[in-house]
Amino acid sequence: MASDSIPIAGAIPLPHEAGKPWLETVHEWVITVDHKKLGIMYIVYALIFLVIAGIEATLIRIQLAVPQNHFVSPQTFNVLFTMHGTTMIFFVAMPILFGFANYLVPLMIGARDMAFPRLNAFSFWMTAFGGLLLYFSFIGAEGLYGAGSAPNVGWWAYAPLTSPTFSRGHSTDFWTIALLVSGFGSIGFAVNTVATILSMRCPGMKLGKMPLLVWMNLVMAGLVLVAVSPLTAAQAMLMVDRYLGGHFFDTQAGGSAVIWMHFFWIFGHPEVYVLILPCFAFISEVVPVFSRKAIFGYPVMVAATVGIGFVSLGVWAHHIFTIGMPSWGNAFFVITSMTVGVPTGIKIFNWLGTMWGGKIRYATPMLFCIAFLAQFLLAGLTGVMMASAPFDWQLGNSYFVVAHFHYVIVGGIIFALFAAFYYWFPKMTGRMLSEALGKWHFWTFLIGFHLTFDVMHIPGLLGMPRRIYTYEPGRGWDTLNLIITIGVFFQIAGVLIFVFNMIQSYFRGELAGDDPWDAWTLEWATTSPPPDYNFVTVPTVKSRRPLWDIKHPEDPDWKYE
Amino acid sequence: MSATPVALPASEAQWVLPPRAKVGMLSLILAESAIFSIFVVAYIFYIGKSLSGPTPREVLEVPILNTICLLSSSITIHLAVSALRKGRTGAFTGWWLATIALGLKFIVGTGQEWHHLIYHAGLTIRTNLFGTTYYSLVGLHGFHVIVGLVMLSIVLAFALARKVKEEHSERLDALSLYWHFVDAVWVVVFTVVYIMGR
Repeated sequence: MASDSIPIAGAIPLPHEAGKPWLETVHEWVITVDHKKLGIMYIVYALIFLVIAGIEATLIRIQLAVPQNHFVSPQTFNVLFTMHGTTMIFFVAMPILFGFANYLVPLMIGARDMAFPRLNAFSFWMTAFGGLLLYFSFIGAEGLYGAGSAPNVGWWAYAPLTSPTFSRGHSTDFWTIALLVSGFGSIGFAVNTVATILSMRCPGMKLGKMPLLVWMNLVMAGLVLVAVSPLTAAQAMLMVDRYLGGHFFDTQAGGSAVIWMHFFWIFGHPEVYVLILPCFAFISEVVPVFSRKAIFGYPVMVAATVGIGFVSLGVWAHHIFTIGMPSWGNAFFVITSMTVGVPTGIKIFNWLGTMWGGKIRYATPMLFCIAFLAQFLLAGLTGVMMASAPFDWQLGNSYFVVAHFHYVIVGGIIFALFAAFYYWFPKMTGRMLSEALGKWHFWTFLIGFHLTFDVMHIPGLLGMPRRIYTYEPGRGWDTLNLIITIGVFFQIAGVLIFVFNMIQSYFRGELAGDDPWDAWTLEWATTSPPPDYNFVTVPTVKSRRPLWDIKHPEDPDWKYE
Repeated sequence: MSATPVALPASEAQWVLPPRAKVGMLSLILAESAIFSIFVVAYIFYIGKSLSGPTPREVLEVPILNTICLLSSSITIHLAVSALRKGRTGAFTGWWLATIALGLKFIVGTGQEWHHLIYHAGLTIRTNLFGTTYYSLVGLHGFHVIVGLVMLSIVLAFALARKVKEEHSERLDALSLYWHFVDAVWVVVFTVVYIMGR
């Protein structure tokens, strides 16, 4: 009986944690190869950088709140937007999503750990030290300018600004090496994730029975392999240029500045999908559970995910329409960029189809998901506008672009992440996050987000370029910029409530139990938090919702799939 | 919850998944291919764009013997792993040693070629675009050969200590995939550098 059933953990008591010396706990976390501990370390590490990069964003917005402002110096302003962008992409968004994948994928496929646990620890520490290296530049790098010496070449670091001639000192080297090091971490993580998903599934979990979260993280890991590697290669070339006197991007010696743009965006655009696919994954898990319906159109969702992965590899040059391309080049990248909208639209319809006729529970995770659906749709619509080359020639490098991609990243990725936090925090800690504080968090952050990023489109349409240090009064941008900055403070309030909620709930939150949301995937079959070995015996599954089968033996899913 | 195990008809007997070592190595190879692609694209893009000499035609000689050595090492490593799978550890060690010898010949040959280019032809990584792209691409490949040789030598040390057994053939299969990849990349590098670019 026991061997052919889904095991319920908790039979073996956890070792008693209390009374352990503080230093021993730290030591245990530093040397751990457990996917759950590494996942939590990824997430906590990313949250620390979220605060840092958030402070940088706030300083940028204070500087731009009123015209002719001198809150920070122009040199500091360059450092701020470079560090904000680099940190948010490489040391907040990627590690936090890797952390969730690390934590959830083995649990959801009924495995006891990742395929290569030590590689997993290695990847985490590479990413972590990459971030520390980037921030060490504030004190360790000798820059040309007096005001700090952190990287100041923008997060995409166009040539020839990064050449030794124009970027003296070591600030750009810190940027390059930090991304190179964390890139190795990302590749290690991706290798590990693909091997885990293909080789570690529990009996019965065929590819077509995997939860959508696992599918989407598989495609994400595949994209990391083929898309982050080009950045690693380009960084290596930049190092050759800066240290060995090479000429890859040296226009004086016949090198090309444009080829750096291509290499960077060959990484840069699939990177957007590396970030958004795991967020689609969160939505695909949360929406069915809170609509009390199985996901609508599972095979189509998988196909759309794989489709997005493929198409996203051929759209990069829509970031550089303004540098000029032959008309066939423009046409190609317009068409491919617009094609991405098709599978993405299919996903939105499927999530709506899941909610349609469902018994929706408006708990905090679901609220963030609903906001995600609306906001991600709007972000996609401005994306289709930007994908049209003539429109892009008009508005490229304006605040409209900044508004568009922040709508994707904040309105899409950050909202999905908050949903994931409220949904899986009980599994990770054993305690619920407070619903009351969660609603406060949701509404303040929602108001702040819309104040900032809805309004931000308009100065872009009125001609305000991105990355400007300040502007003259009377161009019609003044009030709008002030509203944008006010919105930032609502967002800060939301994040503070969230942090307070996490700390308070960690110590005093309501006990969660194994399965607080009455969910259907395997991570809820074990205790909260799960034991080191995840499952007492390795489970066997027969359908996409193994816990539904257990709870409803009279009407199991596998009869219909 | 703990009282609700439900019998589900299990079919664990035929539940076979691909070995993780192989999947992991193939994923790494995919990532490495992307890295090499970028370097190859840069090389092709900069063919004939150097503002000063020397040009590839003036200084490069086609390394035919080297290429034969490296490509045949793919055959020897395949023979080594096949021998191990059949439990013939002696033959395994012999073919493994041959693989390392051929790999060493290749890397020494590259060293001699670079020595000639630097001290006689006057081509360094700083000289012109050809120098930059040539040393980067061939150097990246050579680096992978060296990493491969280090891994092969570690296995050799275990083999000489008679610690490599039949049950290790799956792991060595994954390692041999890496070596085949390094050889395959050389076919591309050879074509681009010594045929297209010359």
